[in-house]
Amino acid sequence: MLVTDSANVQSLIDAVDTADSATALIGAVRSLAAAQSPAAVTTLITVLGFNNPGAAVAAVDGLVALGQAAVPALLEQLDGYNYGARAWAIRALSMIGDPRALDVLIETARGDFALSVRRAAAKGLGGIDWDGLPDERRIPAQTLAIDTLLGALNDPEWVVRYAAIVGLSGLLAVRPQPDAAVENVRDRLASCSRDDAEVVVRARAQMALMPQ
Amino acid sequence: MTDIEITSESLTKEEAIANLQQTADPSLRYYAAWWLGRFRVSEPIVIQALEAALEDTDSRSPDGGYPLRRNAARALGKLGNPRVVPALTRCLGSDDYYVREAAAQALAELGDVQCAPQLLALLAGGIEVATQVPGKPHLTQPYAAIIEALGMLQVTDAVSLIAPFVEHDFATVKNAAARALYQLTGNTQYADRLITTLQGHSLQLRRSALMDLGAIGYLPAAEAIAAALTENSLKLIAMKGLMDNHLPSDQATPPELTPRAIEVMQLMDGLL
Repeated sequence: MLVTDSANVQSLIDAVDTADSATALIGAVRSLAAAQSPAAVTTLITVLGFNNPGAAVAAVDGLVALGQAAVPALLEQLDGYNYGARAWAIRALSMIGDPRALDVLIETARGDFALSVRRAAAKGLGGIDWDGLPDERRIPAQTLAIDTLLGALNDPEWVVRYAAIVGLSGLLAVRPQPDAAVENVRDRLASCSRDDAEVVVRARAQMALMPQ
Repeated sequence: MTDIEITSESLTKEEAIANLQQTADPSLRYYAAWWLGRFRVSEPIVIQALEAALEDTDSRSPDGGYPLRRNAARALGKLGNPRVVPALTRCLGSDDYYVREAAAQALAELGDVQCAPQLLALLAGGIEVATQVPGKPHLTQPYAAIIEALGMLQVTDAVSLIAPFVEHDFATVKNAAARALYQLTGNTQYADRLITTLQGHSLQLRRSALMDLGAIGYLPAAEAIAAALTENSLKLIAMKGLMDNHLPSDQATPPELTPRAIEVMQLMDGLL
């Protein structure tokens, strides 16, 4: 990790706060993200709500690079009102894969009103770092994630169904033993590969069933 | 850009049909025409009422246009009933630019080539007369919509007429011409022009090139689409267009996966 002294981080934060154009903001956020300092987390999260996609992408990259250190603040500051900011935050949590985000990702994949948010959460459920959970919680948590994703296979939006398949594919990879849950997932993916209305969704289901 | 699904709870189908059939309140008719198209209510009674709305004279905009006719044409494009092709073709002769544009787009969606002569006629005079109307944001004709329609309808006679438009000053027209010429000739230099636009400075044009590449299903564009500086939601829609074009669409059998299909899906996975 890059070591940046705290005075320098503060000046990078100030540069984000005082940026006077969309382009300047993107540059300032990139610099702050690159500092990889836990002190930058709050500011990076605030940027997610600015409606500036370039800056948000850079902020997500910065938060993901910080990994677990960014998770408590991301969960705490999840903005229930600004769906744009929420989508970016869910995307960051999905990419980090910290199991502390599990409840939020499940709730979001089940019922968020914005499809881009359901999409990000569904993918994230397949990328959880399951080793971060104690043994006795791992299987029940995976079962809950699988049930949520099987439900998302019926989403009216093709891209959410597609993301659910990607999520299930991630879960199949960590559950190689062919137990009942795994068999059920494979059966559902097989039906998807025949019956989904969209050829791209059928194709992704087919790909998920290919031998790894 | 919003990606919140519009719920249909605001209106029932019966209310929307009644609103379209009444004439006392033009704004209710206007909204109903949009609503019935959006929710794909394609019953004969709706088609009939929308077709009648194409000749409405009550709903007028300050610039002399016909807002209800525009919305009715757009809705008919979504409802897939070829019966309305003659009525929409007549709209290509409307004195309202936006009615002509909506009609050209709708005819492209309906996929019936019988309107080709009227579309070709709107390109008469070529690029020399394709100039901006003084005091308006638009050209003398809705060239982008006309050219796109000719491409989608596979009107190969249009190639020589469309060709000069790849050098038009309006980038939207240029994009439309490149897209149509690729569809009509299969010449990849035209699709590659869209990839160049995808890497340009204007967000609006990047978005438009992205959707064009998706619409023509140009598979070599997948990497350029994935890397473009636009929203992931749009990139995913464009890449779905590539896959729709690449894979056979017969349902009830799992599609056969080519190595290229797998590469494109791996790119899509990264955008979720």
